[in-house]
Amino acid sequence: MTTTASADLVVIGAGIVGAACAYYAAREGLSVTVIERGPIVSGTTGAGEGNILVSDKEPGPELDLALLSNRQWRELSDLPLDGRTFGSAVELEFKGGLVVASSDTILNSLERLAREQRAFGIEAVAVPRHELREHEPHLADDLAGGCLYPQDLQVQPMLAAAHLLRLARLSGTSVLPHEPVTGYLRRGDRVTGVRTPRREISAGAVLNATGTWAGELAGLAGVRVPVAPRRGFILVTEPLPPLIRRKVYFADYVADVASDSAALQTSTVVEGTRAGTVLIGASRERVGFDRTISLPALRQLAAGAVGLFPMLGDVAVMRAYRGFRPYCPDHLPVIGPDPRAPGLYHACGHEGAGIGLSLGTGRLIAQTLIGAPPDIDLHPFRPDRFGTEVAA
Amino acid sequence: MTTPSQFEISFDSTPIPCREGWTVGAALTAAGIRSWRTTRQGQRARGLFCGIGICFDCLVTVNGQPSLRACLVPAQPGDQVRTQEGTGR
Amino acid sequence: MNQDAFDVAVVGAGPAGLAAALAAAESGVTVALIDAGVGPGGQYWRSPAPGAGTFKPNTLHHSWRRFTDTTTRLSALASAGRAVRFAGHHVWSIAQADDRWSLHCNVGAEPRQRDAQPPVTIHARRLVLATGAYDRQLPFPGWDLPGVMTAGGVQSLLKGHLVVAGETVVVAGTGPFLLPVAVGLARYGARVAAVIEANTPLAFTRSPRAVFGAINKLGEAATYGVALLRHRVAVRHRHAVIRAFGNDRLEGVVVARLDRDGRPLADTERSVACDLLAVGWGFTPQLELHLQLGCATRMDVDSSLIVDVDDNQQTTVEGVWAAGESTGVGGADLASVEGMIAGYAVARSLDATPVRNDVPLRRRRGALREFATVMHRVYSIPDALLDDVDDETLVCRCEEVTAGSLRRAVDELGATDPRTVKLLVRPGMGWCQGRVCGFATVCLTARHTGRAAVDSDMRAFADRPIATPTPLGSLARLADD
Repeated sequence: MTTTASADLVVIGAGIVGAACAYYAAREGLSVTVIERGPIVSGTTGAGEGNILVSDKEPGPELDLALLSNRQWRELSDLPLDGRTFGSAVELEFKGGLVVASSDTILNSLERLAREQRAFGIEAVAVPRHELREHEPHLADDLAGGCLYPQDLQVQPMLAAAHLLRLARLSGTSVLPHEPVTGYLRRGDRVTGVRTPRREISAGAVLNATGTWAGELAGLAGVRVPVAPRRGFILVTEPLPPLIRRKVYFADYVADVASDSAALQTSTVVEGTRAGTVLIGASRERVGFDRTISLPALRQLAAGAVGLFPMLGDVAVMRAYRGFRPYCPDHLPVIGPDPRAPGLYHACGHEGAGIGLSLGTGRLIAQTLIGAPPDIDLHPFRPDRFGTEVAA
Repeated sequence: MTTPSQFEISFDSTPIPCREGWTVGAALTAAGIRSWRTTRQGQRARGLFCGIGICFDCLVTVNGQPSLRACLVPAQPGDQVRTQEGTGR
Repeated sequence: MNQDAFDVAVVGAGPAGLAAALAAAESGVTVALIDAGVGPGGQYWRSPAPGAGTFKPNTLHHSWRRFTDTTTRLSALASAGRAVRFAGHHVWSIAQADDRWSLHCNVGAEPRQRDAQPPVTIHARRLVLATGAYDRQLPFPGWDLPGVMTAGGVQSLLKGHLVVAGETVVVAGTGPFLLPVAVGLARYGARVAAVIEANTPLAFTRSPRAVFGAINKLGEAATYGVALLRHRVAVRHRHAVIRAFGNDRLEGVVVARLDRDGRPLADTERSVACDLLAVGWGFTPQLELHLQLGCATRMDVDSSLIVDVDDNQQTTVEGVWAAGESTGVGGADLASVEGMIAGYAVARSLDATPVRNDVPLRRRRGALREFATVMHRVYSIPDALLDDVDDETLVCRCEEVTAGSLRRAVDELGATDPRTVKLLVRPGMGWCQGRVCGFATVCLTARHTGRAAVDSDMRAFADRPIATPTPLGSLARLADD
């Protein structure tokens, strides 16, 4: 039996981006309903490392969004929550990122990137080779040098999304898990709500925040948003004392993120967590939604981590998991109203940066919905920018 | 059956008897020792639980190497077994 | 070190694996028998270390002759180059390349020791997974006190080392396995204060046909009953240990009678002093490798996740067979029969001719499986024991997560299933990767959200892409195939 309901905003997807959009919209006084086909945080959010990075962004629209988001995370960190703060509840750590170069050539390009980033307000401190171990005592001794990015943060992404949803619920948002959206309510071109097996919800705005699955939900409205899965594996070690202080990665990570190759690429990213485990990433390959564990990927991740931190050699890996990043051909997220289907908005396609970029995205969506000028220009993120060619 | 061959290992510097083929966990248990680890958060005492390598509750430091399963590690003459706190590192 | 490809790799050398290896090798195919244990036999036929002392097999073992007969014949086949036993090999991953499987193994009794041997990859054209099971546990206050052990753990110390893990013992939980544990302890000098069984075997009278079909099982139980009488051990049915107490070490347990719904009756509580509690609530099959390979699973009558097999013990994945507890907990006799059927079937798939007609085996399997189903119904876990776990009780021993924390993940953070609870508050995220707390976390969470646990809940706690902790250094050096 179906029922009917209404809301100012229906958010499809209860991952970190949907949660952040719901939170900011509810904070602006909008009535919000979040619909999720599975449990909350069951998509890419549940498979992330919790990166909130500015260091890996080249100057451009994504960096603008990263800086906006970074400010939001810092602001939200102090929000009182259950006798503690939001930041401590979601394990937000102001740990900073240390990017290291394995050769002088790479170090030169790292320093060039840092110079460009500084012009846009990023703090980037050159760390000469002999000072690397002052920052990370267990680093390998064959590195050429590095760069410290104090603004880089880390968060436990599932807790962050769950707490954002909880805060939204406290402002009146309803969250409906285990309920797939099967169609949209339409009036002409206009999207006026959603349909599920259980109900119809009419809404002033419908937001597609379904991450890697956003193409499907866009298609359901007859519009194309070319988000494709880009698989990644993460290794998780046994619990350790805080031996690794910062988020540490090789400078070639930036090039891998920006690459369009479908083949397996790995670049080493290592970080400790509040729980004591060390997370080791990051692999990228475009193989659809294949959940098979790839031993070559795991081996490359392990080899990279031991190369960066030799003491990890006799540390045990307890677990490996995979996730599917929402990849857009131009590596930019899709944020804003869809002129092809008025009433439909998108906040998706953040690839591997969705955790970090979620808060800025949520704020921009809320600003758009209430008619306030957005903090940054949404034009580069517009949903209809892809033309008609089909994503690979 | 042949006579069991016997030797000693140490637990926190105290000698304890051991027999050929015993695991470290068996030797500790036979010596009346029930715990040799404390947990990371609650500092709770732990020792053998599953006894077959599944639960990792019996983690112990042997000859300086932390977090080995006492129920699986074969005891060797002269092994130095130490109580492990937290991650053992 | 890499081996040339075998026809068949059998993983696990317990009753199922030994039977499968023997059946396949005698039918003329080459077999690699890969096992984590130092000696063959698995947990069931675990035999004492060389220096442990004198040992009469019939004091601790059932069907020992079947074991010695099997290993003798396998040794003969090994001498003829048709079977190789890989002891101390912990398979952590299986991958398929072309027409063969690559089994990646860590080597050594505890392979993370620094002086352990280098990792090994073994190749085979067919797989038989006979990975067995381990004790299933329910959380209760004090269950992490040293001196509280799984019944199987107590048994393995006794069988493998002739070490009795305490002086005064309470054996508790449910299932026929509790009896041999109690008998073994009593024979080897422990004072068994009581056997505390949550159910009553009287329920078997409701299924006379299934019991008749496996009548030797009844004889086995009677033998243990007589032995317990001789040692003056009382078996208290419809009772449970509801609390363990002690200061850093077990000093005693509180036992209560259970009402019809399995709820402890407060006015029947009494303390029993003991320094060892051996507890078990049935078994959990080990499915890491099956799940890695993508084998279909389902939930058995005892709520365990098990792998789906056809009449030939073949899984839903081409080239992969399974036998023993992983296809449904049913004991060593059933495991042996399934192992033989799998061994002959895998030989047939390689165009070898099985040395024996397996029709009688299939009939025997049917009877034993039917008995196992009745056994699971008789020795079920009372729901009340799951619902009544109080908020302070530790559920995940590794990450020290309480029942209250699981419930808060549901009530406050919006989790609606066990997997999300795991992502939010970490039960099953520690060293054991949910092997110990997985069943309880799944049941507690599902029941708290007002529904029964389903197989996808169980799978979320059984899916372990790395089947056993592996040093990063070994993983980094993995060969390319």
